[in-house]
Amino acid sequence: MTINFFDNDLTSLHEKLVNNDISTVDLTQATLENIEKTDSELQAFIRTNSDEALLQAKKIDAQHDFSNILSGLPLAFKDNLATNGIETTGASHILEGFKPVYDATVVSKLSTVGAISVGKTNMDEFAMGGSTETSYYKKTANAWDHTKVPGGSSGGSAAAVAGGQIPFALGSDTGGSIRQPAAFNGIVGLKPTYGRVSRWGLFAMASSLDQIGPFTRTVKDNALVLNTIAGFDEKDSTSSKRDVPDFTSKLTGDVKGLKIAVPKEYFGEGIDPKVATTVKAAIAQLEAMGATVDEVSLPHTKYGVAAYYIIMSSEASSNLQRYDGVRYGFRADDVKNLEDLYIKTRSEGFGDEVKRRIMLGTFSLSAGAYDAFFKKAAKIRTLLIEDFNKVFADYDVIVGPTAPTVAYGLGEEIDDPTAMYLADVLTIPVNLAGLPGMSVNAGFVDGLPVGLQIIGKPFDEATVYQTGYAFEQASRLFEQRPNIAKKY
Amino acid sequence: MSETTISKSEVAHVANLAKLAFDDAELVQFTTQLDSILNIFDTLGEVNTDGVAPTYSVTENVNHLREDVADNWHQKQALLKNAPLEAADLIKVPAILDGEGE
Repeated sequence: MTINFFDNDLTSLHEKLVNNDISTVDLTQATLENIEKTDSELQAFIRTNSDEALLQAKKIDAQHDFSNILSGLPLAFKDNLATNGIETTGASHILEGFKPVYDATVVSKLSTVGAISVGKTNMDEFAMGGSTETSYYKKTANAWDHTKVPGGSSGGSAAAVAGGQIPFALGSDTGGSIRQPAAFNGIVGLKPTYGRVSRWGLFAMASSLDQIGPFTRTVKDNALVLNTIAGFDEKDSTSSKRDVPDFTSKLTGDVKGLKIAVPKEYFGEGIDPKVATTVKAAIAQLEAMGATVDEVSLPHTKYGVAAYYIIMSSEASSNLQRYDGVRYGFRADDVKNLEDLYIKTRSEGFGDEVKRRIMLGTFSLSAGAYDAFFKKAAKIRTLLIEDFNKVFADYDVIVGPTAPTVAYGLGEEIDDPTAMYLADVLTIPVNLAGLPGMSVNAGFVDGLPVGLQIIGKPFDEATVYQTGYAFEQASRLFEQRPNIAKKY
Repeated sequence: MSETTISKSEVAHVANLAKLAFDDAELVQFTTQLDSILNIFDTLGEVNTDGVAPTYSVTENVNHLREDVADNWHQKQALLKNAPLEAADLIKVPAILDGEGE
């Protein structure tokens, strides 16, 4: 049996299972075959777990309980989400061989409803990067052009969904790591409001910024996945006790009267003019459908990158202290004493980008720099939040480009960390303010997808989805397929 | 506005705090890169933040209290399996001081 995920959304796959047109085992097997067929070119997976997946699929078939729309459906997890008994490395050498003794909350929620995890996807090491090239294990290709980066840090999850290997995947987003790879691969990626989804079992990079979210080919699919993974968790004290609404409730295709704000700073210096034109055309489409569109200002946008890289690296340098070679993962050889073990293990186990961020964070928190850098960045964060609050007093959503450019060539930017950091300018403010943000495909420039970013009020993912759905249904861009789709 | 610069010896000092070791070529490379990133950080000095309260977290939750019940105490064997070196049901590490043996 074969299955083509370009022809089947989650609802259609669910109906096939309910009607006994296919079994969970067949669907799982066909998914593993899809990955087998295409992963030599995409390199989206660090590892697959076919034995565990097929065992779980048999169980689901025996129970024949498809009460959740995701029951029996295959998915993949970014490799920084803990999976009980299955190697999880964060794409780092320092965690090579590490098998968590528990499931992340999102993993157990999906497993409880019967979704089948088929593998772990490639990413930048500890989610630090924007191209998935800092992975210790492999380089992933863009689904549309294999000479281009898939974006990052969740590049493997994005390429796997965009390349038709799987119907949905989870990633994590600290400064754009779901939205930017979704943009580069022409699919839908949502970073939920901070606190909407439990972070328990997500390898921490920056605890005040990290969120887990779904990658899918359509907006409706994305909302269906969020329905299952959202909600309060006893194990994450920052997860929200607010009710979880049905995120599909506003998917009507109607945006009449919706108030859209377009920040002028999101079309400023450094934005590729062709990207700007494509995104403006998408906004014009929403206006033609009855939304009101006004230009607004988010005056502190240009300070977001500096504030973010100080706060993120400070939190990361603290979180990554735990990797010392004692309790799990890689341990260096030929050490003289315990101190030497720490230093050699960390120096050999971490890649350059991780070291750079540990260094920046350690510096920003050090005695002479704390006030001028860490505390100053935290104050700028307040100003960025106030910018958003002012706009959201009058508007329902903020829209603009997700990234300043389309996907660039593999190897092109990796040696210039400053340029890589500045490219995060459009996604970072959303994390600093804890807002929900989504990327949907806005069109193509030179054959490569452009992302339309939609930012919502805290806990108003439903309106973000409403906006994205209306545009997607009108533009029908999700029907366009990369060449790799012919392989299935 | 003053410009922050970082010297090779300061980078070596920070590396020591972070328990990282660099050879000379790496020190030169990291010094150049960190210096250029610090130039971006310096732009924050343009913004007047007098009287602005810092934001360290955006969670709405204040305190989350629960009963202190141990429910995962039975994982010893699974946890030990992940240790690079174990002996007698404990994780083995080298001596803290040189020349003490194991």
